[in-house]
Amino acid sequence: MTTAPPGYGRVLDLVTRVRGVRGAMLVAGDDGLVVAEQLMEGIKGPAVAALAASLASRLRRALEAAGVGAGQFWHLQAEQGALLVVTAASGILVVAVAEPDVNVGLVRLELLRAAETVG
Amino acid sequence: MADDVKKLSAELAQDPDSLVFLRLGELLRLKGQLDAAHRVALTGLERHPHLADAHDLYARILADKHDFERAFDEWDMALRIARDHLGALKGLAFLYFKVGDVQQAAAHLEAAQRVAPDDPGIAQALALAHGGEGDQAPATGAAELMAPAAAAQPLEEARVFAGLEGAEEGLLLLDPSGQVLGGALKDPGGRDVTDAVAAYLAGVSQEAGRTAKLLGLGSWTGLAAEGQHGHAHLTPPTGSALLLVVRERAVPMGRLAIIAQRAAGAARRWLEAQS
Repeated sequence: MTTAPPGYGRVLDLVTRVRGVRGAMLVAGDDGLVVAEQLMEGIKGPAVAALAASLASRLRRALEAAGVGAGQFWHLQAEQGALLVVTAASGILVVAVAEPDVNVGLVRLELLRAAETVG
Repeated sequence: MADDVKKLSAELAQDPDSLVFLRLGELLRLKGQLDAAHRVALTGLERHPHLADAHDLYARILADKHDFERAFDEWDMALRIARDHLGALKGLAFLYFKVGDVQQAAAHLEAAQRVAPDDPGIAQALALAHGGEGDQAPATGAAELMAPAAAAQPLEEARVFAGLEGAEEGLLLLDPSGQVLGGALKDPGGRDVTDAVAAYLAGVSQEAGRTAKLLGLGSWTGLAAEGQHGHAHLTPPTGSALLLVVRERAVPMGRLAIIAQRAAGAARRWLEAQS
């Protein structure tokens, strides 16, 4: 795994310690840039961050228009894995890349905890 | 009205360069014959590419077809050609209201009012806009005021989810460009938010697909989202369409996924029947 800047490492540890999580990132929600990352080799962090931020932005606007309110957590399910995202109060996205059989409930809790720490 | 169409079509056939295509296209649009209107407007635009009215007509047809992105481009083009074009100003105000950007909508309405100070519709929409910036309800009302006169609705549109719970308020089927194929969506206040949500979801399917591919996760199968006041589930019933299910927060995410699966089955059957 690549390393995260000091301070954010512990936040990302909360997430990556869950079995089945292949990596975690903090992403600036407004511009899609990586703030910190702990990813398995082979995952293209900057590209994933940009797409995650773009998707988060579209979803937020759609959910707000639907009256569901600002999105707190979203979960992209795919055949061979998942992307799970929680938005922190500051707008930073806490992102996890996971195996298909990961415990989604547990990852969600850790992402929410990490988002609280990031603020 | 049918006679008018025949008469105008004959006039146009006699003189293809005439501007009668504007009246014919609008008449067909009002009759709900959007494909025919689309053809007439496009042919007219090819002959008169610098005519703001032609872009305005084409934009109204696109808006009726829920192709709001291209409608925006056409009204924008009309304004570039004629910066005081009333139809384009009202059309853009309508689109801005649709997406909840009341400030931009009001700016276009103010410009429209300078062109047509006695237009009561503009004054009414402006009053709603100024009374409710940041509030969705006045925006929705004002959008209705600014909407181009409605075309007849496609008969099959609401029948995709017939018999399913929430078919008219919490299920939406879209094509990749955000055009509504079926279903409808209402917010918790009972307001119809179908078009605004559809516009924001345009391209989400492709983006979700790209993200999953980039991560080596194969095809995406669903996207569950948890909001402050409710839950939403997106799923691709076919390669290109997008299905949205929205429910209040009391409905657990797992149950929502089951509802989405059922609705996706209905959507697939409907889409197959259409092709």
